[in-house]
Amino acid sequence: MPPDARPKSTGGGSHVASRLAQQDPAFVRWLLILACVAVMGLLVVLPVVAVFAEAFREGFATYWANITEPDTIHSIGLTLFVAPIVVVVNVIFGLAAAWAISRFQFRGRTILTTMIDLPFAVSAVVVGLAFMLLFGQQGLLGPWLKSLGIEVAFNVTAIILVTTFVTLPFVARELIPVMEAIGSDEEVAAVSLGANGWQIFWRITLPNIKWGLLYGVILCNARAMGEYGAAAVVSGRIEGKTQTMPLRIEYLEQSFNSPAAFAVASLLTLLAIGTLVLKVWVERLTRQEIQEAARAADTGGAH
Amino acid sequence: MSIKIDHISKRFGGFQALDDVCLEVPTGSLLALLGPSGSGKTTLLRIIAGLETADSGKILYDEIDVTNKPPRQRNVGFVFQSYALFRHMSVYENVAFGLKVRRSPRAEIRPRVMDLLKMVRLDGLEKRMPGQLSGGQRQRVALARALAVNPKMLLLDEPFGALDAKVRVELRQWIRKLHDEIHITTVFVTHDQEEAFEVADQVVVMNKGKIEQAGAPQAVFDAPATPFVMDFLGNVNVFQGRVEGGKIVLGGMQLAYSGSHVDGTQATGYIRPHELDIDHVASARSSLKARVTQVNAAGSVAKIRVVAEEFGLALNIDISPDRYAELQLKRGDEVYVSPKNIRVFSPDDYVI
Repeated sequence: MPPDARPKSTGGGSHVASRLAQQDPAFVRWLLILACVAVMGLLVVLPVVAVFAEAFREGFATYWANITEPDTIHSIGLTLFVAPIVVVVNVIFGLAAAWAISRFQFRGRTILTTMIDLPFAVSAVVVGLAFMLLFGQQGLLGPWLKSLGIEVAFNVTAIILVTTFVTLPFVARELIPVMEAIGSDEEVAAVSLGANGWQIFWRITLPNIKWGLLYGVILCNARAMGEYGAAAVVSGRIEGKTQTMPLRIEYLEQSFNSPAAFAVASLLTLLAIGTLVLKVWVERLTRQEIQEAARAADTGGAH
Repeated sequence: MSIKIDHISKRFGGFQALDDVCLEVPTGSLLALLGPSGSGKTTLLRIIAGLETADSGKILYDEIDVTNKPPRQRNVGFVFQSYALFRHMSVYENVAFGLKVRRSPRAEIRPRVMDLLKMVRLDGLEKRMPGQLSGGQRQRVALARALAVNPKMLLLDEPFGALDAKVRVELRQWIRKLHDEIHITTVFVTHDQEEAFEVADQVVVMNKGKIEQAGAPQAVFDAPATPFVMDFLGNVNVFQGRVEGGKIVLGGMQLAYSGSHVDGTQATGYIRPHELDIDHVASARSSLKARVTQVNAAGSVAKIRVVAEEFGLALNIDISPDRYAELQLKRGDEVYVSPKNIRVFSPDDYVI
C-alpha cells in the first residue's frame, strides 16, 4: 500500500479508528480479491472444469467404456492398493519420528527434523533416478538383491517404495507440532497411575493427537494417489502391471486417446476434491486440538 | 509407609540438581520440601515417585529398596503441578483411569470413584470435562485420581502454585484436614514458606541440591540453621559486623547474641522485622539512632522503614498497631531502634 493511501480516521471512536487503520482502501481490497479470483479461476477452476468437460465430451456411454477398460481398471486398483500401504508405513514412521522429536532430547535431533523435510525439497524425478541407481539392474544394491531373489525395479514394490519416500514428511510434520503443544504431562501422569506403554499410547496419546494424525493421513493419501514423477521412472510403466492412475493418464494421452485420458483424470480429480473436503473438516478439528492444548497449558502450570 | 532417601545425587548435564541428599520421611507424616526454583525439590519428589532416576543413591520404602522399580510397581499417588488431567476424559474417567489400567473388577470401580469424588467435594460433576472446571476443582480431580489406586503415599508437586490466593488458602487447610483423616504419608513441594509452615508437620528447606535444614516448622522458624534458611524464610534485616568480646559490633552498637565466635571474625547479623523495637528515646539496651523513611500501617502489623544514616543501613521493622498508635510515628521522625533478638553467622559456620 502506498504510504499516502492510509485511511483517515473518521473520528468514530478509537475502536472504529483502530479497525480502519488496519484496513486498506476499498479499491485496493477489491483489486487484490479480483486478482486472486482471476488467477484461481484461470489456473485452478478452469482446468478442473475442462477435465470433466473433456471426459464427458463424447457422452456418458463412452466415458463409462473408457473407465471400465481392463487396463484402466487395473490402474485404478493399483493406485487404491499402493496408497493405503504408503499411508500405513507413513503413519508408523510419522508416529515414531514425532514421538522421538517431541519427547526426547538427543544428539542429531535437529538434523533428524531437517531430514524429514528432505523429500519435500527433492524433485520426484530425482528420487526416481536415485532409486534406480541403488536398486536398478546395474545399480549398487540391485544385483545383490536379485541374487537373493528380490527384485525392486520396474514392479509394484518399486512404486510403493518411491511413493513412501516422497510422502514421508506428511504425517510426521503434522504430528510434531501437535505433540509438542500437548506435552508429555498426561503421559507421565498415566505412568504414575500404573499404565503400561501400550495403554498410554492407546488411551492417552492417540486420543489427544487423533485429528492431527488424520489430517496427515489425508494429505499423505492425496499425494500418494497423485504421485507421478518418481513412479514414472521406477515403474517401467508396464500396461496392466505397473501403471498407476497418473501413469495411465499420461500413457493414454500419449496414445492419442484423449477422452480416455480425461476420463481417468476426472476420477483422480474427484478423489482429490473428496480429499480436499475431508481436509477442510479435519483441519478445523486439528486447530481445536492445538488450541485446547494451549488453553490447558495457560490455565495449568503457571510456574 | 515410610520413605528413606539414601545419598541421592542427580545431575542434568552441567547442573547438579541433587547433591548427596539423605532424608527420612516417617510413616503418616506430612512433609514439605521447601526451596527456591532450581533447589532440586521437584527432582527429589520425582525420584521418590520413580518418574526420574537418580545417578547414585537409593530410595527405600519401608526399608525395602525400590530404587530400580518402575513407578507402576511403587504404588505412589502423584499430583502434578499442572494437574495433567486427561483432557479428553470426563472427571469420572480421569479418576477411574488408574483403576482401569490396573484391571480392578468393574463392579468395584464405580463405587470407589463416586466415594472419592464425594470426598473431594466434586460429586455431581463427574460428567464434566477438565476444560469446564475451575483451577481448584481440577486440583481436587487430580488429587482424587491419585488417591483412587489406594497409594501408600501421596506426592504433590507445587499443589497450590497455580491457584488464586483465596482458593489456595482454602485448599491447603483442606489438605491438612484430609491428611488428618486418612493419615497417608504425604510429601509436597513448595516455594512458599507460609504454605509449608501452615500445612506440614515437617519442613525440609532445600538449596542448590542440598538440604539446608529439616525439622518441625516451629523449630526451623525459631532456629534457622544457616544464613540461607534465615534469608529464605523471608523478610529479614541483614547487616555486616565484627565479633568482639562475644558481641557483634556494628558501628557504635554492640549486640549480645547466643553463640560464640573468635574475636575479630567478620560476621553477618540477621534480625527479623518483628524482633526490632522502636522508640522516640534511647533505651537501656543498645540502640541505634535512625530516621523513619516510610510508614505503612495498613494491615495486621504496622510496617516501618528506617535508615540509620551513620551506617547507611536500612531496616524494616514490624510493630503492633497498638504500639504504632502509641508512638504516633511520622516520616522524618528521629527514632531509636533496639533489637530484641539477633542471629549471627560467620562464613566459617557453614563451610561445606
